Amino acid sequence: MKPIFPATLLLVEDSPGDVRLTQEAFRDVNLNAPRPDLILLDLNLPKMDGREVLARIKEEHENLKTIPTVILTTSEAEADIDKSYRLQANCYLNKPVELEAFEALVKSINDFWLTKVKLPQQRPVG
Amino acid sequence: MSEPRIKTLLLVEDNAGDVRLTQEAFRDANKSVHLHVASDGVEAISFLRREGKYANAPRPDLILLDLNLPKMGGHEVLAFIKNDDGLKMIPTVVLSCSDAEADIEKSYQLQANCYLTKPGLLDAFDTVVKGISDFWLNTAELPEQRRIA
Repeated sequence: MKPIFPATLLLVEDSPGDVRLTQEAFRDVNLNAPRPDLILLDLNLPKMDGREVLARIKEEHENLKTIPTVILTTSEAEADIDKSYRLQANCYLNKPVELEAFEALVKSINDFWLTKVKLPQQRPVG
Repeated sequence: MSEPRIKTLLLVEDNAGDVRLTQEAFRDANKSVHLHVASDGVEAISFLRREGKYANAPRPDLILLDLNLPKMGGHEVLAFIKNDDGLKMIPTVVLSCSDAEADIEKSYQLQANCYLTKPGLLDAFDTVVKGISDFWLNTAELPEQRRIA
């Protein structure tokens, strides 16, 4: 299924391979608008950890907290899942290693978040 | 991927017809679901706090929350869940007839995990429930069930 509007995603990921795979899987999506409709956030990131990015989005910024933030990580640790939901991640997805499973997961993000879910309206960041 | 275990859902819905449609759609979409129903906001809070007749209520893996509820509205229930340290990590999906921008915005502001609109048509209703089942129960990782002391 195709999304019903051109959605903007912010992918926070340090692995160039995963970035490329995600870009290719989301080929049709415009990645240039300033405010993302959806954030896909890896947990293990250099400089600032994904958990801290999540906390900043959800706790520090009133105008950012409404952006659905989906954790997309290889970690299956219960502690990471729990902490992410506690920090108000909108959902937690396990990033599979195999290419086919990864593509299926990106498709299900597209089918659910960009097709079925009502996202907050785009508004200029004040 | 999450292991196939029985998932406990709490549906907070006052409309008997929608309750029945949801129950039937889950029966078709996913065999491993226990669906509990609270018919207003106050009952939902009692269930989650295990008060009175809900003393032995399980902790839901997922909450499906209507917005227009008697006694206590859905936004108020959502605010209660997301401000409670023992409950805030339970994914809470708003399932409402309203597609008003203000309702959507307010729900995300209160940290709803996602917002879905309830369609009017029977077939479309099944599709929404199947979407919830496929994504939330079969794809997403959910917080582990643990007993609340």
